[in-house]
Amino acid sequence: MTEFFQATLGTGWGWFVANLILILLIALPVMLSVAIVIYFDRKIWAAMALRRGPNVVGPLGILQSFADAAKVFLQETIIPSGANKGLFLLAPIITFTVALLSWAVIPFDQDMVLADINVGLLYILAVSSLGVYGVVIAGWASNSKYPFFSALRASAQMISYEVSIGFIIVTVVLWTGSFNLNDIVEAQRGHGLGFINWYGFNLLLYPMAVMFLISSLAETARAPFDLTEAESELVAGYQTEYSSMAFALFWLGEYANVLLMCTLNAVLFWGGWLPPFEWEPLYAVPGIVWLIIKISAFFFIFSWVKATVPRYRYDQLMRLGWKVFLPISLLWIFLVSGYLMLTRYGV
Amino acid sequence: MIQIFAFYLFASVVIASGAFTILARNPVHSVLWLILAFFNAAGLMVLIGAEFIAMLLVIVYVGAVAVLFLFVVMMLDIDFAELRGGFMKNLPLGLALAAVFLAELIFGIGAYQAGNIALGENALNPARMGASNIQAVGELLYTRYIFLFESAGVVLLVAMVGAIVLTHRKRAGVRPQNIGSQVRRRPEEATRNTQPAVGQGVQL
Repeated sequence: MTEFFQATLGTGWGWFVANLILILLIALPVMLSVAIVIYFDRKIWAAMALRRGPNVVGPLGILQSFADAAKVFLQETIIPSGANKGLFLLAPIITFTVALLSWAVIPFDQDMVLADINVGLLYILAVSSLGVYGVVIAGWASNSKYPFFSALRASAQMISYEVSIGFIIVTVVLWTGSFNLNDIVEAQRGHGLGFINWYGFNLLLYPMAVMFLISSLAETARAPFDLTEAESELVAGYQTEYSSMAFALFWLGEYANVLLMCTLNAVLFWGGWLPPFEWEPLYAVPGIVWLIIKISAFFFIFSWVKATVPRYRYDQLMRLGWKVFLPISLLWIFLVSGYLMLTRYGV
Repeated sequence: MIQIFAFYLFASVVIASGAFTILARNPVHSVLWLILAFFNAAGLMVLIGAEFIAMLLVIVYVGAVAVLFLFVVMMLDIDFAELRGGFMKNLPLGLALAAVFLAELIFGIGAYQAGNIALGENALNPARMGASNIQAVGELLYTRYIFLFESAGVVLLVAMVGAIVLTHRKRAGVRPQNIGSQVRRRPEEATRNTQPAVGQGVQL
């Protein structure tokens, strides 16, 4: 596509237009799937609580998210008089933008990736570490005590779990020998017993896959780690003072982050766009379908956990991050690199 | 063309946000300007082909260090009058530091113009080695400079242990939670079934 536009519009403009179209081709489906995923989150949650969930707007209530969006769009944006106006409005924009940025390096199929850079995984770490600023700035700029507490909790929580996520990613990178996400997916081809395309099947990496799933729950501040918006203590956390579109941007950004973490789980440990088994007929299904199936499975786990697990206490959250996940993932780096030194590189 | 445009964009934003970092009245705004400066410095790193360093800059400085800055600064009770009083008191020190930096800048630029110091012309330049950034940095850090790298790590470890030793104090009378013992506790140890007679009550 880039060549076509470059041939018609010249090198510079052709590149620009082609990339703009590619970015829209990623961003718009992501936004659409966020709307659908919010509906499914509510449906799954309702089913586990033996309720019906959204069932009024559209067939089976499937248009509920769009109705919510329209409602929120028509509401008045209220800015508290004591708030720091510029930062107050900047915070939801940061959250929303950062949530979309990471998708640039996600491989959807063999060559279906916007930016095939050799530091892809580091880029995702870097961008996801920016996500906390939306919450922190929102909490501070609201000039209100509950959002402020929420901001403090959020910054501490993100830093704690980013450490363990970083170490877990290092084990995968060691095994692959590359930071490129497409290389990581390719390296999983026939990884288990010669025909299973999963890193998660590897006995050494499986504990890391489980820890990554739990850490990604904490990183996206989903239940049971949703202390930043614990309604029993903090009203609605950093979102307390927000209304209308500003609130909607937080909401969308949060779910886009959840989807991204599901995708990362699928890409890093469960084969990304590869079919689960190395068997020719399975390749008839396009890779993006396999990826979407895996993302949906992880999103179901996220909703399942949200519906069933009670919220952690703050000190338990910190204890889990620093005293359990950090030492284990650090130990695992030594185990994995030692094993690779023995088997792959020779001592 | 696009590189030049990007360079001047990033460079001017770095300088402007650096200036706003020291000019902003509010410390929280200062930290946010500092973050913008870090971010654009990472952009400059990408432009010279050091994408690994750029990502590390964002992860370490923006993602961790600046969050901690913000964390501390947010909790400050800001007194603007006191801040401005400190400005006059520290002015001589600030001027002295500024003079030192200016002298260094002049010396540096003078030395650069006097002779070819050949920065980046090294044989270990990743672009010349034909390797990716990460491989080049890894090769340098973990083979050529392994002892320097490890001694830097030891220095950091000693600093960390020192900070913990200096600030850690044993307090009497605290009852920390022992998660292990809580999980190990079984219902038989904690509960008791009794059938008291009417009007007798139970032994607690």
